[in-house]
Amino acid sequence: MSASCDALKVEKVARRFAGRRLGAPEFTAVHDLTFHVADSEFVSIVGPSGCGKSTVLNLVAGLDRPTEGTVSLNGTEVSGPSSNVGFMLQKDMLLPWRTVLENVEFGLEARELSKAERRERAMRELKRCRIVEFADRYPYQISGGQRQRVALARTLAINPNFILLDEPFSALDAQTKLILQKSFAQTIAGSKLTTLLITHDLAEAVAMSDRILVMSQSPGRIVEEIDVQLPDRENPIERMASPRASELVGHLFRALHMEDRLDA
Amino acid sequence: MSRQVIAHSPSGSPPGNSRAWLHRFRGLATATPLASLAVAAAALAAWQFLPPLFGVPKYIIPQLSDLWTEGVQMWQDDNLLLHFFSTASMAILGFILGSLLGAVFGYALGLLPSWEKVLSPYILALQIAPKVAFAPLFILWFGYNFLPKLVTTVLVVFFPILVNVLQAMRVLDRDLINLARAYNMSKAKIFWKIMVPYSMPNLMAGLRIGATLAVIGVTVGELVGGETGLGYLISFGQGQADTPMVFDAIILLTVIGIVMYWVVTVIEARVLHYLPRATERPQSA
Ligand SMILES: Nc1ncnc2c1ncn2[C@@H]1O[C@H](COP(=O)(O)OP(=O)(O)OP(=O)(O)O)[C@@H](O)[C@H]1O
Ligand SMILES: [Mg+2]
Repeated sequence: MSASCDALKVEKVARRFAGRRLGAPEFTAVHDLTFHVADSEFVSIVGPSGCGKSTVLNLVAGLDRPTEGTVSLNGTEVSGPSSNVGFMLQKDMLLPWRTVLENVEFGLEARELSKAERRERAMRELKRCRIVEFADRYPYQISGGQRQRVALARTLAINPNFILLDEPFSALDAQTKLILQKSFAQTIAGSKLTTLLITHDLAEAVAMSDRILVMSQSPGRIVEEIDVQLPDRENPIERMASPRASELVGHLFRALHMEDRLDA
Repeated sequence: MSRQVIAHSPSGSPPGNSRAWLHRFRGLATATPLASLAVAAAALAAWQFLPPLFGVPKYIIPQLSDLWTEGVQMWQDDNLLLHFFSTASMAILGFILGSLLGAVFGYALGLLPSWEKVLSPYILALQIAPKVAFAPLFILWFGYNFLPKLVTTVLVVFFPILVNVLQAMRVLDRDLINLARAYNMSKAKIFWKIMVPYSMPNLMAGLRIGATLAVIGVTVGELVGGETGLGYLISFGQGQADTPMVFDAIILLTVIGIVMYWVVTVIEARVLHYLPRATERPQSA
């Protein structure tokens, strides 16, 4: 029963990395980390650089295993990459030797699908992400924002019910960022995807999510949880206009002790 | 001489400078074809008329017309065609075998980093060693037949390709592999769909170097032993103080090298068609 409401459960997770040199002490990236994400929920994680956000994402994606604790998706423990989980990073990681369309097909090629079916699904995703006119271009022939759209289309093409986003907008200029945030928010809300977003941008966290988790400095733990409770999740720009939004950003700002910190 | 790795970044940023440079160079050449032709004509004319003017003897620098006469005579009496095709076929065969071996070893070592660590000092040593110097050794081992020159050529071509492929495998973006893993791709698919295409620019750079080295390998192989090939004609011509013969053989060797290089360039342009050229950059980045 509990599996139906919690899409993701991270329970008492620790991840330690072996020291660089033989005999060097282990490095603890995250420690005693516990949080849940409900079905169709949009949760953001914010925290100082190096606190272990990407590490958490890799654990959830099944690319890495926790040293302690468990990560489970829909009630089953994660033991490797799952075809229900989409994954997207700050770098678009489009393959330069493939056209936009072929890039979107890439994730489908791990599956038993006919060529025609692959093409059809890829085209459908390109339409949904509004980049269908660039289908035959190569990645170098489109802009950064368009490339990120293609990366989203590739992520969605495998029909995931959970997507992991690691700072997908941070390499974009301010304007493109706003437009893409809106476009992503609409697409995600439209398909009721459960989403975990990692971001440095506090306003972005407030604008897009239902709930925000604040992580401490390394070794990372969740130190605060904020229920956003704002309407219009599919329209982040609208959302930011409300006074509560700026209040939350200010609160987050203080929670992360930005004033006292000089490091990045 | 063989450690030449083209810097390239497959994640869409502009490719290595050498490509841009090559392009500008080509642009210059086509923009001024008449001037280039004029330079060639002037040089050829100087070659024809200057040596006798300064009293340079024919066995030091023959006139252009002597090269032609000698060429015709070699064609008629010395089976020039046979020598030419022997050298060309050895160069091509050695190039193909050396490239295949280099690529196979490059990918294998790239996939087995622990082996690469163990072997890398020896690879470096062999890479620095002048491979053509092995040619006499191969004659001792294999005798006076086609094998020594073929093996020399294979060896000379092998290393630049091995090193280039290995370099690509070393700098391969881990995130790309993770991306494929996140999609549940098998190891074999990751190899064919990520690693091989990713290494293509490096492989092509290796092939370009290999194409020029192949001719050197065959020539040295033929110089030190054997009775066929343009390299043999060079040493024969030297023995006879037949300078025009030496010049003719050198020219034909260069022609073989240029044709091989050109073929590789054509293949490269087809394979790497997805890389932006210096003249067409994306409008917005
Ligand atoms: N494979 C690894 N081996 C050793 N240490 C690692 C490894 N991966 C990450 N770390 C360390 O773990 C810590 C957390 O890294 P992580 O990439 O999760 O940070 P992050 O919160 O995503 O930072 P940023 O916001 O800058 O992306 C860092 O101090 C990093 O140096
Ligand atoms: Mg990170």
